[in-house]
Amino acid sequence: MINSSSDNVKKLNSINRRMFITGSLKFFVMIGLVSRLFFLQVKENKKYLTLSDKNRIREWKLAPVRGEFHDYFGNVIAGNFEAYQLHIIPEQVEDFRYVIYRLKDLLELSDKDFKKVLKKKNEIKPWETLIVSDNLSWKKFSKINNHLYDLNGVKPVISISRSYPFKEKFTHVLGYVSQANEDDIENNEIIKKRFVPGLKIGKAGLEKSYEDEIIGINDIERYEVNAYGRRISQLEFQKGEQGKTQRLTIDTEVQKLANELLKDKAGSICVMDIYTGSIIAMHSSPSFDPNLFVFGISKDEWQLIRNNPMKPLVNKTLQGNYSPGSTIKPIVALSALENGIINTNFTVKCTGKTEMYGQTYHCWKKKGHGFVSLRNAMKQSCDTYFYEIARKLGVDKLSETAKKFGLGKKVFGDLFDIEKNGLIPNTQWKKNVLGKGWLLGETMITGIGQGYIQTTPIQLCLMTAQIANGGYKIYPKITTDNEIKDEPLDKFSPLYKNSKNIKIVQDAMFGSTNEVMGTSYRSRIDDPKYQFAGKTGTAQVKRITERDRELDLKTFEIPYEERDHAMYVAFGPYKNPRYALSVLVEHGGNGSTTAAPMAKELFKKIIDRHSLRQSINNKKYLEI
Amino acid sequence: MYQHNRFNNNSFNFIQKFKNFDYILLICILLLGFISLATMYSTDGGKILFHTKSHFVKLIIFTIMMLIFSFINIKFWFLIGYIFYIIVIGLLIWTYLFGIQSSGSQRWMDLYFINLQPSELMKICIIMCLAKYFHRMKLENVNSIYTILTSLIIILLPMGLVIVQPDLGTSLLIAISGIAVLWFAGINHKYFIYTMLGFLISLPFIISFLKPYQKLRVLTFLNPDRDPLGAGYQIIQSKIAVGSGGIFGKGFLKGTQSYLEFLPEKHTDFIFTLYSEEFGFIGSAILLLIYAIIIYRILIIGASSRSYFAKLFCYSFGAAIFVYITINMSMVLGLLPIVGSPLPIMSYGGSSMLATMIGFGIVMSARVHNQQSIA
Repeated sequence: MINSSSDNVKKLNSINRRMFITGSLKFFVMIGLVSRLFFLQVKENKKYLTLSDKNRIREWKLAPVRGEFHDYFGNVIAGNFEAYQLHIIPEQVEDFRYVIYRLKDLLELSDKDFKKVLKKKNEIKPWETLIVSDNLSWKKFSKINNHLYDLNGVKPVISISRSYPFKEKFTHVLGYVSQANEDDIENNEIIKKRFVPGLKIGKAGLEKSYEDEIIGINDIERYEVNAYGRRISQLEFQKGEQGKTQRLTIDTEVQKLANELLKDKAGSICVMDIYTGSIIAMHSSPSFDPNLFVFGISKDEWQLIRNNPMKPLVNKTLQGNYSPGSTIKPIVALSALENGIINTNFTVKCTGKTEMYGQTYHCWKKKGHGFVSLRNAMKQSCDTYFYEIARKLGVDKLSETAKKFGLGKKVFGDLFDIEKNGLIPNTQWKKNVLGKGWLLGETMITGIGQGYIQTTPIQLCLMTAQIANGGYKIYPKITTDNEIKDEPLDKFSPLYKNSKNIKIVQDAMFGSTNEVMGTSYRSRIDDPKYQFAGKTGTAQVKRITERDRELDLKTFEIPYEERDHAMYVAFGPYKNPRYALSVLVEHGGNGSTTAAPMAKELFKKIIDRHSLRQSINNKKYLEI
Repeated sequence: MYQHNRFNNNSFNFIQKFKNFDYILLICILLLGFISLATMYSTDGGKILFHTKSHFVKLIIFTIMMLIFSFINIKFWFLIGYIFYIIVIGLLIWTYLFGIQSSGSQRWMDLYFINLQPSELMKICIIMCLAKYFHRMKLENVNSIYTILTSLIIILLPMGLVIVQPDLGTSLLIAISGIAVLWFAGINHKYFIYTMLGFLISLPFIISFLKPYQKLRVLTFLNPDRDPLGAGYQIIQSKIAVGSGGIFGKGFLKGTQSYLEFLPEKHTDFIFTLYSEEFGFIGSAILLLIYAIIIYRILIIGASSRSYFAKLFCYSFGAAIFVYITINMSMVLGLLPIVGSPLPIMSYGGSSMLATMIGFGIVMSARVHNQQSIA
C-alpha cells in the first residue's frame, strides 16, 4: 500500500510536471498564432486589401470612340456606326467546346469561318478576348441575345466602328483604319494605353497622322466579380471621351468631281486656296474602298488592290515623283526674269531644234516656232526658248527659285509620312550624290522639266498657288484648326525680288490658256467669272529616240507604259485669283488634250462653290 | 488516504452534480457554438440554408448529449474505454470494406440518418483507451518495452486503417492524440526526442513515399506562388481573406472573399478564414481566447480530478484540442502545408463535432465526479 501510494505520488508528480511543460508550450504557440494574425491582419493589411480588391474588382476597358472627319461644310466623311459583335474570353468559359459549337449553329458559321475562329483562339492567350464575329446582322445579334442563358461567357458587344460614307472618294486623304498589330501598339504609347482587343487604328493618311487626337479615351467599367469571373455588380462607370473631330478644308463636291474626272485613269488632282493654303480637293486615282479594311480585308480583295497595275495603294499626289515637264516653265521664266538674264523683249529663234556640243535638243514642234518672245514661248510652250534661257541662267539659280516656290521639299512637312521630297538638282547635288560634274546639256533639259528634276503634283500645285497669289509664301493645310496656332512667321513673306516679274509670268500663263495658239486654248472659259490661266506639261516617261521622232505616233498608238504623263497647272479666276490646281494623268499622253480639259471642269465647280465657302467663313466670324 | 471523501457513497445526487458543473467551460462551449452558427450563416450567403440548418441541429443534439454525458459517472467512461476503442476499430474496418466513396476517399459510413466518419471518433476514443491502459500502470512499468509496444500498436492500428482511406491528415491527428497520452503517462522523454529526430532524418524519405498531390501540397506550402491558380490557390486566397480583414474586419456578412466564392472549403477546414475576414484581428483574437479558456478549463478540471484516468484524459484531450486548433489555423494562415483538419466546433461536419462533444462530455463528467476515485 505504501509502495503503491508512493508510486501514485510519483505518477502525479510526473503528469503534473509534464502538464506544466505542455501548458507553457501551448502558451507560446498561442502567442505565435496571435502574432501571425497580427502580422497578416494589421501589418500587411494594406497589401491583402489591395489583393482582395484586385480579386473582386475587374476593369473592362471599352474601345474608345474615334473622332470623326468632317469636310469643310460639316459633312461627315469618316464617321462611326454601331457594329454588333460577339466576344468570348476563353478563360472565362467553363466549357469552351460546347459554347463554340452552339455558336456555330446559332450563327450558321461556315466550316471555313469556324476553323478560322478556332485558329484565332489557339493564337491568343486564354485571357484575351476572342472576337467570334465582328459585324453581325441585327437579326443574328438578337438571336444570340435570346440564347445567352445557354452561352456562359459569351459577350454580345455593340462596338463603334469606322465607316466611310463616301467610300473610295477620300481614301488618299483619310487613309483607313484596321486592327492594330503588335508594332502599332509598341510604337505608340497612346495606342498602348488605350488598347482593347479589336481596336482599330489609322493605318494611313490623316487617320494615321491624327491618331493621337482622334483615337478617343476609353470608357472604363469596373465590376465586382466572383471567383469564376462572373460579374456580380457594377461598381463604377468611367465615361471616356470621343476623339477630337477633325474638320478638313476639303470640299466634298469638288473631291467627288476630281474622282469622276480621273475615273479609270491613273493620276492626281489637287486644288488649293492660294491665300490660305487650304486644300480644296486632293485625289489620287485609282482609289479603293477603305471600308474593306475596317473588319479585315479578304485575301482576294487585297490581291486585287495590290496587283492593280495603276497602283491604287500609291498616293500619287504626295508620293509620286514625276518630271514636271513644261509645267516648270513658269518658274524657269520667273527665275530668268528675277536674275535679270532676260526681259520681256528677249527673243529666240526656234527652228525646231538646237545643237549644243554635238547634241541635238528638240523642240516639241518639229517645224519650230520661229522668233518667240517670253510671252509667246510660254503660250506655245516653246522648248528651244527655254533651252536658251536655262543655259543662260544656269541650274543653280534656277534651283534656288524653284525651291523658294516650294518645289523639292515636302509640302505638308511631317503630316503625311508617305510624302516624298521630289528633287530639284543643282551642281552641288550632282557632285555630292553622283560624284560627277554638272553638264550644260543637263541644265538645258532641266529648263523644260526633264532630266534629274522631279516634283510631286502637290508641289506643282503649291508653286502655281504662290505664283497666282502674287508671289507670297503660303503654308498648305488640310485641317481647319479651331485653336489659333502660331503660324509660321514667314507666311505671306514675298518670294520675289520684283513683283512685276510675277505679273509677267501670270500674264504669259493667261496667254497660254486664253489666246489662240495657246497650248490649252481649247480648254479655256471665256466667262471672266471662271476664266483661268495655266500651263500644260507633258512629261516623257522614256527617252525619245530618232526613230520615234520619225514615226511621230499618236498617243493611242503607243503602249500604255510608254505614253507620256499629261500635266496641267492653273489658277483662277484670272481677274481675281483664288484657287490653284494641278492635274496629272499618268500616261495620259498630252497635257493640253488630257489634263487641261479636266481643269476646265474643276474651275467651273470650284468657282461656283466659292461664295458658299465664303459664307461658311463669314458665319464663323459672325458667331464669334 | 482519502478519508474525508464525502461523495464516496451513493448519496451524490442530481442537484449536487449540477452545482459541480464547470459553468465557465459550458458558457465558452455555447459561445463557440453560437459563433460557429453565425459564421455558418455567413457561408450560406446570409441565408438560412442547408449548412446553417444542419449545423444548428447537430449543435443542439450534441450539446444535449454532452450534458447527458457529464452526468454519467466517470467510472463508466473508464469501464468502456477498451470496448469503445474496439467498436470504433470495427467501424473503421467496416468503412474500409463498405464505406461511402466521396471525392477519391472512402471515409464515411452510411448510418441512414447520418454519414459517420469513424476516424473522427477515433481521435477521442484512442485517448480513452490509452488513458485506461496507463491508469493502473506503475511508473516503472511505463517505460518497459512491452508497454511501449502495446501502446504503439494501439496507435498504429487505427492510423493504418485511416491512412488507407486515404486520409493522412486525420491519421496524423489520431497519432498526435495518442502520443499526447503517452507523453502525459510518463514515457521517457528520450523516446520522444529520438522519435522526433528519427522523423526529421527520414523526412525526405517519407516525402518520396507521399502521393503526388501530397507532395504538391508540400511544395505549394513552401512557395504558394508557384501555381497561384492551381495548387497554391487555396492558401493564397485564404491569406488574402484573413489579411484583408484588418483590425475590425469587413463586417458580418460582408466578407467579399467568401461572398464572391474566392474561398475554398469555406464551410469546413477554412471556416476560420471567413470568420477572420469578417471580424478582423479583434474577432480572431477573441475566438482564440475562447479556445484558450476552454483548454485552460479542461486542464484545471484535470488537475482537480482525483482519478488518474480523468487527469490523463483531460490533459491529453486538452493537448489534442490544442493541436487541432493549431494545425488548422497554421494551415489557414500559411504556416503549415494543407492537411485536412477541421477547427473543433467551428467547422461544419457532424463526426468531428460529435467527437469533440463526447470529449467535452467526458471532461465535464470528470469535473462533476472529480472526487470519484477509480479503483
